[in-house]
Amino acid sequence: MSFWGAQVIVNLFGAIPVIGNDLSIIIRGDFVVGDATLNRFFSFHVIAFPLVLLGLVAAHVLALHETGSNNPDGVEIKALKDEHGIPLDGIPFHPYYTVKDIVGVVVFLMAFSAVMFFAPEGGGYFLEYNNFFPADPLKTPPHIAPVWYFTPYYSVLRAMVWNFFGLEAKFWGVVGMGASVVIFAFLPWLDRSPVKSIRYRGPIYKTLLSLFVVCFVVLGYLGTQPPSPLYQLLSQICTVYYFAFFLAMPWWSRMDKFKPVPERVTK
Amino acid sequence: MKKFLIALLFAPLVALANTGVHLDSWPGSVGDKPALQNGAKVFVNYCLNCHGASYFRYNKLMELGLSEQQVKENLMFTSDKIGEQMRVSARSDEQKIWFGAAPPDLTIIARARASADGSGADWLYTYLRSFYRDETRPTGWNNVVFDKVAMPHVLNALQGQQVLNHESHKLELAVPGQMAPADYDKTVSDLVGFLVWMAEPQQEFRQKLGLGVLAFLAVLFVFAYALKKEYWKDIH
Ligand code: HEC
Repeated sequence: MSFWGAQVIVNLFGAIPVIGNDLSIIIRGDFVVGDATLNRFFSFHVIAFPLVLLGLVAAHVLALHETGSNNPDGVEIKALKDEHGIPLDGIPFHPYYTVKDIVGVVVFLMAFSAVMFFAPEGGGYFLEYNNFFPADPLKTPPHIAPVWYFTPYYSVLRAMVWNFFGLEAKFWGVVGMGASVVIFAFLPWLDRSPVKSIRYRGPIYKTLLSLFVVCFVVLGYLGTQPPSPLYQLLSQICTVYYFAFFLAMPWWSRMDKFKPVPERVTK
Repeated sequence: MKKFLIALLFAPLVALANTGVHLDSWPGSVGDKPALQNGAKVFVNYCLNCHGASYFRYNKLMELGLSEQQVKENLMFTSDKIGEQMRVSARSDEQKIWFGAAPPDLTIIARARASADGSGADWLYTYLRSFYRDETRPTGWNNVVFDKVAMPHVLNALQGQQVLNHESHKLELAVPGQMAPADYDKTVSDLVGFLVWMAEPQQEFRQKLGLGVLAFLAVLFVFAYALKKEYWKDIH
């Protein structure tokens, strides 16, 4: 399965017009998924990815020091400080958050060990059954589904079936999939609402957000299913809503009814 | 090439050929050592001449409660080194010419054959009991859960010969074998038990260990939660 997974992922690059085919050969290091591909994917996931994550952690800590942490009220805690320059509404990370996170880590470890010891295959979701067959380029598995946490995006990929501007549907599928992942990074600019917290937002926001969650779950489910005309239509509707939710946000996020935000964190 | 790539992207369009078959659930358990020993015996006698289990070594069979002597005398025919992998001497490309399809390695077949229809054990248990006579096939055999299978019914001396009733879609025993149907089912169940065990010999230990780990984490959780409560008391 991983073999076919690698095949599909590399082929996504092949969808880019003009350079696509050559690009995917360069990435693969071969005309088919082979040893070179395996080495590359291994070093990518074991060296390159962790380095990127490390960088992101550093960026996160830097940003945290700049603005202070958020809170359920969406109050800027650095706006009000006591005479020592300590935010009135802040509490030190240690010990408060360290002890709290120990609880979280233990809960996570319980879920994690439950899977590891009692359901390592997770009904085919954690370890796909096809992974127990040796890779065979001549035997395409009948149903290639991505791992469960990628299924919503996979649905977006499959929902694009139209050729636009003389470019293939497949290309737009890849663009759609990429965009649906990256679009979250643009939220700070898309959200024009004067308040931060959901506590002080109005009905428009709550309705649209609930709808978005529904769409996301539906897309996730559809990604695990073999396609059918009905499923395709459903995934197209959900995809359109997915993007409309974000792209129209600058407008609808301003129109809502807001409640006043307090100056201090509430009890 | 391009068509092929697109076909790959949308490969899920093709529905699984085997789905919709009802699988009988496997009645055995991997904890049943005598059954596993019997399964191992059936496996080396009837399967290991075509199928290898090359990710598995003979000495691992001692975990079934057998001595090295017993393994050597009763279960090893093609090799005399106890540390040897359970391999077949035929090469799979030759076998492919003989049978039309190479017999796959069976070490982890019980895990590979799991699907939404049922566990791998259920599939194997059904598969090994569903061979029927079909003169249109080169081997003279076909199978209900694996249409046009290239494997002949190697256990037919035990089970006898079944035919498919095309009206009721049920299998009927036309020629009885050496075993009564219930005994045959038990033998197959033991064999499947062995295949399940071989696919993950640690599975029983894993679950026992898991209980201990979860119990420890549960205790740790109580303390961690109490500690958190204690520290956060003065915040709220
Ligand atoms: C005469 C050689 C031969 C013997 C003996 C034999 N098999 Fe097979 N077996 C085959 C061949 C050939 C195939 C490939 C069938 C195909 O792909 O159409 C196969 C396929 C299978 C499969 C399906 C694997 C898959 O997922 O594709 C299973 C399970 C299996 N055999 C189990 C057994 C067991 C258990 C025994 C012992 C009772 C056994 N076989 C004995 C030749 C043999």
